Amino acid sequence: MSKVEFNKETGPREVFCGLTSIVWLHRRMPDAFFLVVGSRTCAHLIQSAAGVMIFAEPRFGTAILEEKDLAGLADAHEELDRVVKDLIARRPEIKTLFLVGSCPSEVIKLDLATVAEKLNKRFLGQVRFVNYSGSGIETTFTQGEDGALKALIPLLESSNEEKLLLVGTLANNVEDRFKKIFRNLGISNIESFPPRQSTDLPKIGKNTKVLLTQPYLSDTVRDLKHRGCEIISAPFPLGIEGSTKWFLAASKAFNISELKVHEIISPLINRSKLALESHKEILKGKRLFLLPESQLEISLARFLHNECEMDLIEVGTPYLNKDLMKEEINLLPDNTKIVEGQHVEKQLDRVRESNPDLVVCGMGLANPLEAEGISTKWSIEMVFSPIHGIDQAADLAGLFSKPLRRNQILSSKTLVTH
Amino acid sequence: MELTLWTYEGPPHVGAMRIASSMKDIHYVLHAPQGDTYADLLFTMIERRGQRPPVTYTTFQARDLGGDTAELVKKNIKEAVDRFKPKTLLVGESCTAELIQDQPGALAKGMGFDMPIVNLELPAYSKKENWGASETFYQLTRTLLKEKVSSSEKISPLRWKELGRRPKVNILGPSLLGFRCRDDVIEIQRILSEQGIDTNVVAPLGASPEDIERLTDAEINICLYQEIAEASCEWLKRNFGMEYTNTIPIGIKNTIEFINEVHEKLDLPLTNKEELENKSKLPWYSKSVDSNYLTGKRVFIFGDGTHAIAAAKIAKEELGFEVVGLGTYSREMARQVRATAKDLDIEALITNNYLEVEDAMKKAAPELVLGTQMERHSAKRLGIPCSVISTPMHVQDVPARYSPQMGWEGANVIFDDWVHPLMMGLEEHLIDMFKHDFEFVDGHQSHLGHTATNKNNILNSDEKKEKNSKEGIIWTESGRAELTKVPFFVRGKVKTNTEKYAILRGIPEISDETLYDAKAYFN
Repeated sequence: MSKVEFNKETGPREVFCGLTSIVWLHRRMPDAFFLVVGSRTCAHLIQSAAGVMIFAEPRFGTAILEEKDLAGLADAHEELDRVVKDLIARRPEIKTLFLVGSCPSEVIKLDLATVAEKLNKRFLGQVRFVNYSGSGIETTFTQGEDGALKALIPLLESSNEEKLLLVGTLANNVEDRFKKIFRNLGISNIESFPPRQSTDLPKIGKNTKVLLTQPYLSDTVRDLKHRGCEIISAPFPLGIEGSTKWFLAASKAFNISELKVHEIISPLINRSKLALESHKEILKGKRLFLLPESQLEISLARFLHNECEMDLIEVGTPYLNKDLMKEEINLLPDNTKIVEGQHVEKQLDRVRESNPDLVVCGMGLANPLEAEGISTKWSIEMVFSPIHGIDQAADLAGLFSKPLRRNQILSSKTLVTH
Repeated sequence: MELTLWTYEGPPHVGAMRIASSMKDIHYVLHAPQGDTYADLLFTMIERRGQRPPVTYTTFQARDLGGDTAELVKKNIKEAVDRFKPKTLLVGESCTAELIQDQPGALAKGMGFDMPIVNLELPAYSKKENWGASETFYQLTRTLLKEKVSSSEKISPLRWKELGRRPKVNILGPSLLGFRCRDDVIEIQRILSEQGIDTNVVAPLGASPEDIERLTDAEINICLYQEIAEASCEWLKRNFGMEYTNTIPIGIKNTIEFINEVHEKLDLPLTNKEELENKSKLPWYSKSVDSNYLTGKRVFIFGDGTHAIAAAKIAKEELGFEVVGLGTYSREMARQVRATAKDLDIEALITNNYLEVEDAMKKAAPELVLGTQMERHSAKRLGIPCSVISTPMHVQDVPARYSPQMGWEGANVIFDDWVHPLMMGLEEHLIDMFKHDFEFVDGHQSHLGHTATNKNNILNSDEKKEKNSKEGIIWTESGRAELTKVPFFVRGKVKTNTEKYAILRGIPEISDETLYDAKAYFN
């Protein structure tokens, strides 16, 4: 393991809660509905993060708790029953309904598991109910997906068939690319979790080899292990290096020779390296500060240093699972400063002191930092853009080079006007 | 429990944030879990603010709940005071903290600070954003002025005469995330100053705690947005005898009535009455012959109370429209909206459910919708022109240009903003009428754009072109499949680039790999 410096920090945070992950989960599974049981704050959070107005009717919503629901719990269960019945009558195409716990529902100890169980009996054969918590008191941002996937695991049937299971939401086009490459490598039985249809769940068992596509799935991994799945240890498929090692690790688990892997992916690597050049020119030697949010920070830092030659000032992460991140941490340069958790004020002090060329941060902080003359890239874009795989490496680099290129354009005088 | 897919108003603590962020030298410690910081982006992204809202979130977690969350609150309050040195401290809680009852306001008051502390109790499970903003502004005003109450005599609106100076007024209500507040304030100050009236304080927008303390230097208050300022105006009237205005100066008639009201209250003679009608172009533009076609246009109105009521008056009396629907999501102003609707012989729609509004819109079959950004989307789906007149705020509602709703320039802006979509509607009609003429290029885009029929056209023409690829290049199945996965708005560019690449390299058939080769090549 490289000599990385680990630090922990506590204090006020500027991070989304797990509810936010509904924004990409509902797109991944178009036959599912996400019903948050929470407050007006939860509803307002999701609509602010998701641009809800573009939908005629979104496939997520909030059952907003009111004073009378807080008075007695039995009442709240009945109320939720009524809301769900109305919802299903309105949206008969829904196959899976996720009941999503929130900060207030957790604090009043609303038992969504029991509610889901009752509803499962009532709507047997029509709609399936699962529950998980996306509350901010327990989860940050991408951890919501971890909760949702973990909640689906009990529904996965058992099978001893040998297969490769890609775990973590991917953009559909990226997923197709990965599957094609794996087929070319000789792995034919490949499934994804979450699937594109909530009812199309993979079967798992002792011959299931799990390859993670996202670094924020600690609980899901633990439960898959309990079901006998083998977890392939690999860095995450961000950038050429991460993706190459990811393909190699999977191939090794299926006894495919390294030579074959290189033969298949070298052309991809070569063209991608070429595409990366123009971005590297801009990013090279620039100093980067990553604030915690998406949990992708460590992989991004590895990519931006190793492949784009950026210098790392600080790598923030909302939480750190050293076991899951082992392969990534090994690839980081010596003396990388990783900070787990956040004290947003102290961290911003360090940002200002270190005078970085680029800060990766949340939307609440981006414009204020820009106003201080510090270039930024909002982290939420990483979870909405197709950034995984060798073919997307240049696009990923482009997300970071663009703000710098833009500043260059805006501060230069190239046209003489008369 | 209420199923909500989208809400017009946020929770009440967001209202409190609007007041805190609008002002100077104030800090708000909010007892709240991780995630509630999303509200910062309303200010930094929608309003494009270059400063973070002055808010410290205590960020308690599940593991803190068993322990001492009160200590966590105190720690955050102390750090916030040390770091930001506010002149007044607001302390409150969001929905989750309300349930654990740490009473952060009381804790703060026990910490021995010498600055004023406002304890905000905003019931998150029964109230909403505008109520929260109003309550916060009221509590702040009360806290900062309560010591003056007993010692002060009632303020006469005629005091300026005794003091031998121009009359002074306060402009109360404008805040961040309020509809065009920034520009309304400039317009109203300009109008008042033309009439020989000085502005004492504008609050909360741009005010400091010291400014609040000197509100009583003015003779009367201008209540510019009832949603935010009425409670404070009423308190100032009760305790200091300060009169306040009721007329909202949106539209020509209301602006003139507003000027009259201010003059009457101050007993200031109005000398330029005849001039006033000519201060805006709206009356003449509305009278000019080309506006004939506006007569009786059916208009559907939905928004906050203040803007919906004003829009109904302008639509009917100043533009000659027929109001076929009127509603609001502001329950606090339901009574007034109902009264206005009754005058128009229609029934008011009071709801926070946008689907109900969309249904009502459909039934009313209007030719123009005046609503919030949500109604703009609903109207777009129904193919009806729309202009936005009210919050909730969207980045488009913070234009770079000067664009008030109030006063003379506000009336000009309203004429343009409401009539142009209608003219576009007329153009739409013409396009439809003449679309078979040879002058029209296939696929002429209407301003309404992405309606279902148009989308089909784009796909069809896309397909046509694919088959007719000029240089004899063939798109294979895999290539075509890959192309359909590219977002539609860049698909054309990807297609051209890939073909260019194929020609350059002498590749006769485009597969999915060619697409990615080309992508890498042009990157």
